[in-house]
Amino acid sequence: MAARMVLADIPLKTFLSDAVIPYETDDVTRLIIDTHDAVAFAPVASLTVGGLRDWLLSYAADADALRALAPGLTPEMAAAVSKIMRNQDLVAVAAKCEVVTAFRSTVGLKGRLSSRLQPNHPTDDPRGVMASTIDGLRFGIGDAVIGINPATDNVDACVALLRFLDELRRRLAIPTQSCVLSHVTTTLQAIESGAPVDLVFQSIAGSQLANAGFGVNLNLLSEAQNAALSLHRGTIGSNVMYFETGQGSALSSNAHHGVDQQTIETRAYGVARAFDPFLVNTVVGFIGPEYLYDAKQIIRAGLEDHCCGKLLGLPMGVDVCYTNHAEADQDDMDTLMTVLAVAGVSFLIAVPGADDVMLSYQSLGYHDVLGLRQLMRLRPAPEFDAWLDKMGMLDGRGLLSPQPPPTSLTLQLLS
Amino acid sequence: MQDPRELTPDLWTRLRAFTRARIGLERCGDGIPTAELLRYQLDHARARDTVNREVDFAAIEAQLGDRRILRVHSAATDRSLYVRRPDLGRRLNPDSRALLAREHADEPWDVVFIIADGLSSAAVNDHSAATFRACLERLSEWKLAPVVLAAQARVALGDEVTTLLNADLCVVLIGERPGLSVSNSLSIYLTWQPSVGHRDADRNCISNIHADGLGYEHAADKAFWLLSQAKRRRLSGIALKENASPQSPNLSNLPAPLPALGENGHP
Repeated sequence: MAARMVLADIPLKTFLSDAVIPYETDDVTRLIIDTHDAVAFAPVASLTVGGLRDWLLSYAADADALRALAPGLTPEMAAAVSKIMRNQDLVAVAAKCEVVTAFRSTVGLKGRLSSRLQPNHPTDDPRGVMASTIDGLRFGIGDAVIGINPATDNVDACVALLRFLDELRRRLAIPTQSCVLSHVTTTLQAIESGAPVDLVFQSIAGSQLANAGFGVNLNLLSEAQNAALSLHRGTIGSNVMYFETGQGSALSSNAHHGVDQQTIETRAYGVARAFDPFLVNTVVGFIGPEYLYDAKQIIRAGLEDHCCGKLLGLPMGVDVCYTNHAEADQDDMDTLMTVLAVAGVSFLIAVPGADDVMLSYQSLGYHDVLGLRQLMRLRPAPEFDAWLDKMGMLDGRGLLSPQPPPTSLTLQLLS
Repeated sequence: MQDPRELTPDLWTRLRAFTRARIGLERCGDGIPTAELLRYQLDHARARDTVNREVDFAAIEAQLGDRRILRVHSAATDRSLYVRRPDLGRRLNPDSRALLAREHADEPWDVVFIIADGLSSAAVNDHSAATFRACLERLSEWKLAPVVLAAQARVALGDEVTTLLNADLCVVLIGERPGLSVSNSLSIYLTWQPSVGHRDADRNCISNIHADGLGYEHAADKAFWLLSQAKRRRLSGIALKENASPQSPNLSNLPAPLPALGENGHP
């Protein structure tokens, strides 16, 4: 509690002069300091961390004001203010932010909740991937991305999955994008070999050393972004990067420099925003109880990550998830997904029956996202929504019916 | 004409042959039907039990025949501490460190195999000995250190083991954290000349070794390819792309090695 009181009194300007990891030794610190926008920062430049919380909650901080502020906030400022915010504050402030990105669909519009369809398979068998993908489509999942975590980081297997996903997408004319979540160097090789790469994926972290642990650096990410842009595959937008993060990844690789795990996580968002990503999500409960012990911590971290990402101007989604060695269960995921939907989360990840059979953890199920959308009156991305309608998946009230009419998607796939 | 809707249950039956994912579930409104909900909760309870159960290392030792075995324990004294303190699971306890120090080889071993419990006792009990034997068949020309059986261990524990024994390559067979559908999945982690605090990007991983995943022979083919490449190129990790095809590993069709990394007599 004493720490919170001290933190609340720290002037925001302090974060511009006292770097948590030295400028000279860390390229993430250099990126944060060198790209800081002093003009955008001006409205809050005289405030303390506590003063920033009050301002963020005020009516003056509307969507336009928050969008204008984003380049003026550093990750350390966002992390600091989030630590003195209650869960309610994290929800309220995030809900005011609006971050819109586009490729073949539009993510982040008000009143929308997008989803990543995650059809993982233990041996990357395309038939198994197809089965899980078709299942997700009939629940209206996949408007953010159809994204596979491959079982092995192998260029040929990655290219085979990319071709298969692209063929399925074109055959059904689905207004979405696909992604095989290989290491960025694998994706670069796939691009060179002519594979249909929509989004380039990479896990990132909040220090140069932790990124080295992932086998990446800022130049490599920039090279990958340029390679994906050169393909011109986006039809309505050119956000081509997809990043995943998660509290504990830097600590896990002993690359946190003594910085707390939430600040270092937020610095990863500082990395992400330099590359105009289409999607960013925290894999909040994935890394395990070593870093987030139980459901209370997972829920809190999910709300912090989402709010900090939105404050920094990112299209923030969450993998609402936990592992079997954490003190959590599906009831806790129900709570987190519902609160995140209230907070205006850009997208959620869903797997068949909330059970990822490749990565061996529990995320949300297709049913969960469908139910949440209908409960909260949230729609998928507009392009995808129109496609569901065109495919005959929606009933007269615009709902995905449990008994789709005979013209529907799964039946078309039978023919 | 038959109503095409009636074909749907049959479609899911056919598709389930390709994946253990929980596909084709019915809906009650937007919710999961009761029978499915209870099945899921039972699977979760079973997976939680697997995390907390201990590996039967005596039984594994018996399956390894007359190979020399060294038993070690991490600095995490029990499971509860292991789960909360990954740093302790990555380091040996003092007794184990002393034991391995006495075994330090003058001439480096080519490779040391470490069988570690990780988060699934069932994976190690069911698959570690058979996976090891399949690897062994391919390594008849190699100098193998004694096999190390490690309790309350994480992947990086192998780094310290490898340094102490003096080996070039570290291979850790370890139980993955259990999932709902598969709670006995084994992984192989391979690292060239690791040291304590080694970066994870310098490791190669072969995962999902279990009855419905990768078979022992196929896993051993991949491991042998990676080991051979690592030894030849003196590196491991993302620089060593695993290009052995996942469907049909063809060892006569390997990509040409990159030029030597150093100019100082390290071919």
